[in-house]
Amino acid sequence: MEDIDFNSQTRKKSRRGEIWRRMKKNRIAMVGLFIFSAILLLTISADLITPYDKAITGSLADRLTPPSSSHWFGTDNYGRDIFARILHASRRSLVMGIGAVLVGITLGGLLGACAGYYGGRVDSVIMRIIDTVICIPFMLLVLAIVAALGPGLVNVLIALMISMIPTYTRVIRSAILTVVGQDYIEAAKSCGTPNRWIILKHVLPNAIGPIIVQATMTVGTMIIWAASTSFLGMGIQPPEPEWGAMLAESKDYMLTAPYMVMFPGFAIALTALSLNLMGDGLRDALDPRLKD
Amino acid sequence: MPPDDSSARPLLETVGLKKYFKAGGGMLHAVDDVSLSVREGETLGIVGESGCGKSTLGRVVLRLIDSSGGEVLYRGENILTYSGRRMKDIRREMQIIFQDPFSSLDPRMTVFDTISEPLVVNGCGGGKAALAERILTLMNTVGLAESYINTYPHEMDGGRRQRVGIARALALNPKFIVCDEPVSALDVSIQAQILNLLMDLQEKFGLSYMFITHDLSVVKHISTEIAVMYLGQCVERAPSEELFKNPLHPYTKALLAAIPVPKLVQRKRSVIRGEVSDPIDPPLGCRFSPRCDFSKEGCVGENIPLAGGTHAVACRLYT
Repeated sequence: MEDIDFNSQTRKKSRRGEIWRRMKKNRIAMVGLFIFSAILLLTISADLITPYDKAITGSLADRLTPPSSSHWFGTDNYGRDIFARILHASRRSLVMGIGAVLVGITLGGLLGACAGYYGGRVDSVIMRIIDTVICIPFMLLVLAIVAALGPGLVNVLIALMISMIPTYTRVIRSAILTVVGQDYIEAAKSCGTPNRWIILKHVLPNAIGPIIVQATMTVGTMIIWAASTSFLGMGIQPPEPEWGAMLAESKDYMLTAPYMVMFPGFAIALTALSLNLMGDGLRDALDPRLKD
Repeated sequence: MPPDDSSARPLLETVGLKKYFKAGGGMLHAVDDVSLSVREGETLGIVGESGCGKSTLGRVVLRLIDSSGGEVLYRGENILTYSGRRMKDIRREMQIIFQDPFSSLDPRMTVFDTISEPLVVNGCGGGKAALAERILTLMNTVGLAESYINTYPHEMDGGRRQRVGIARALALNPKFIVCDEPVSALDVSIQAQILNLLMDLQEKFGLSYMFITHDLSVVKHISTEIAVMYLGQCVERAPSEELFKNPLHPYTKALLAAIPVPKLVQRKRSVIRGEVSDPIDPPLGCRFSPRCDFSKEGCVGENIPLAGGTHAVACRLYT
């Protein structure tokens, strides 16, 4: 009796530990996790490293200076320190990128899961609405929503979330369709398992792979889209720093001051890369079939 | 319960059960007017070739698929009219074992999770320790070593996976189990093990099986009674031994002739010619008649009922 209890105890405890253990084995994923943690740490402690003032004010005498010991990443066309700007921009950019993906994928996932699992009329209704929305070009939809809500960080975020829902719904629905036909779903139904339980315990865990990949892939894209709205004057208002907006501002100086483009671009790329590496690792770690 | 009582009224009975699917501008008659019965503690073998509707029949009986007509009587009550809650209660008594042990187990669940699911979902898991004990008992019952409790399906071979599937089906102490080709995906040596296990369990727990298979040599081993299906209809039904000794329907004869016999002398076999005809909106009459050597005028135009006592056949040669 004692050892039976012990058996189930260890099993329950080890579930999360097991995933972490497998993730740790994946060196590339750990590199991703390290980079992302570093980015997160810098973001949180931005105020301690350089004051926010440095990011939004600069002297025109210092404009467009290349990287040096006083300005690590150089200065932009207004003489603002690019390093400080990137550091402080990370808050907005990360919130934009990750927030839009998280909310979009949760809502899209719910819709996609219902459409894929229930099929029939539910599927038809959800997917026809999604098809209608997806017909509208992405940027147009974002702009329309921002125009309706008014410019600003939060409104852009809301617009991006809403606009991404159709894409996620489609990806997740198709991931779910590959699982729904399996016998173990029918087995669960045959013993009276409620649909809610089946979706959460069987369908989603088995369809998680493409969902994670899609999520991590789109974080970078979201930052760029947020930048596009800023570029069109709908998103973040200058002089507030934001990676995508910085990229957009610096395009005129690309040939004379390439560091202006390079550093914000690098920041976006690094964030997206670290999330992708982490996502791949997590997907593999969650799949018991790929144990070793 | 007294044995004469259980033999008087079947545990499960289908009356004119129908399942049509919408397909290609018509209705695909997967199960068409099938009336069968399974008595308590006995096994009804359902035999037929691929696509004859035998798996659909098993799923309609369990209400995993909605029927298009007819009745499924469990202990004399039509469960097709049951509400969600009553159906959930009855589901405990009716379970299914699947053909493919590779797709019937969730690849992300351990043996423990898989077997515990029906117990937890139906709220009869009890405490942690009680649940673990129940699962170990079940694993023991199906001949699965305790050391497998935390393994994932991909770490086991087909036979062990099928044992997990059987343990899951047994978890709620069912009375009736649909076995949907439970051995056809397994090696021959393991087939025998699983069949023996199923028969042992039947004896031990007084289970009733609806045993679906395309392999006559398998049903001969396990069935009390056998029903032969062709294109959604039951064409012959007889006690197992009787069917093998004295097959009546030309299709049954051909099926029996297809069982390989290790003999040096060549046998004279009745070989079925042609292809299975279209199951979408089939014409009235015997569906086997286009391929039958004995087909005559009365075979088409009107449906031929399954007639006869214990050995019933739907064929113009006998009516």
